[in-house]
Amino acid sequence: MADPMKIRAQMKGDVAEVRVLMAHAMETGQRKDNAGNLVPAHFIQQVTVEVGGKLVIQGQTGTSVSRNPVFAFKVKGAKAGDKVVVNWVDNKGDKRTDEAAIAA
Amino acid sequence: MRIALILAVATATAAALPIPGWAQAKAAARKPPPPAAAPKAEEKDAATLEFEKFRAEMEDSNPAELFEAKGEELWKARRGPRNVSLAESCDLGLGVGVVKGAYVQTPRHYPDAGAVMDAERRIVWCMVEKQGFNFDDIAKRPFASDTHTPDITSLVTYVAAQSKNMKLAVPLDDPKVREAYEIGKEIAAYRAGPYDFSCNTCHGADGKRIRMQALPNISTPQGALRGVQGWPGYRMTGGVMLTHQWRMGDCFRQQRFPQPKYASDAVAYLLTYLIGTANGLEYKGPGIKR
Repeated sequence: MADPMKIRAQMKGDVAEVRVLMAHAMETGQRKDNAGNLVPAHFIQQVTVEVGGKLVIQGQTGTSVSRNPVFAFKVKGAKAGDKVVVNWVDNKGDKRTDEAAIAA
Repeated sequence: MRIALILAVATATAAALPIPGWAQAKAAARKPPPPAAAPKAEEKDAATLEFEKFRAEMEDSNPAELFEAKGEELWKARRGPRNVSLAESCDLGLGVGVVKGAYVQTPRHYPDAGAVMDAERRIVWCMVEKQGFNFDDIAKRPFASDTHTPDITSLVTYVAAQSKNMKLAVPLDDPKVREAYEIGKEIAAYRAGPYDFSCNTCHGADGKRIRMQALPNISTPQGALRGVQGWPGYRMTGGVMLTHQWRMGDCFRQQRFPQPKYASDAVAYLLTYLIGTANGLEYKGPGIKR
């Protein structure tokens, strides 16, 4: 199973600042290992973020995203205590969902 | 004691012979010209500043946290042939299971092991002696590669993170640690290999650099701190988590020295010198590297 994400969410004025750190190999499928064989592509394909039960981001990601990626974004209309739920699915069908509450 | 010393014997004995005066002579020679230090400040050009900005941004969400979380899990889990956890068996120097502040107080001398050990070496010792793991299995692939991060790396990251923003306090009053410090100092000054390099060739004077990288002078507390800060560190190139032990080994590689044996005396002594020199300064926890 995939390793947990690290989610930090904090109110900055009336905007919530959310940072998500994901543990993922993000293999592009272009890289070769020491033996010269192609390392099969393995990357996060879909990311969704819900804040306070509302879907705020539905994104498609590809191989240009780095290994162990960090996503940061700002959400209007959120308030302290709201639950942030982040979910990703990769091209092999692995998935992971984590959540955190927005700090004041 | 399987955690043995191979390189240590060679370097320590060889270094003990001709060098001692060398380090002092160098230190004395360095004193007079303050102008050498002055242009260094100006050298912080636009590129360096941009780089620092980038690094600060990255530090805010350091993937090292992922390894820290994994390491915490491993620290608390019952593992190995004896099915015990490190949390209930491993004494990093402050008592069994105590991790808070342990990292900044290593290397130290452990009477139960009869050796001076840095944090990583001590954790390996615990894994072998308490949990029953085989040392050779750990030493076979001790450092992270692009496809594999060994448990020990995550464990060290976790332990190091529990010393975030604490002052380095290697117990140099302990005569055994002091001895290790002195040997480490000699290892740093020991010139050999096809290029006749020592650690001090690049890291023994102010104002040196390789390409864009300014090199710290490890004979000064601030310089030594720069060799300590950020380790263990997440290296953005390749996205791997690497430990201080790895860094020392990589220095030897760059000098075209033979690789020191994993978790050996030589590396522990060198780390005692490096971290001990930075004693009293603040350690910021696991870092991020270019």
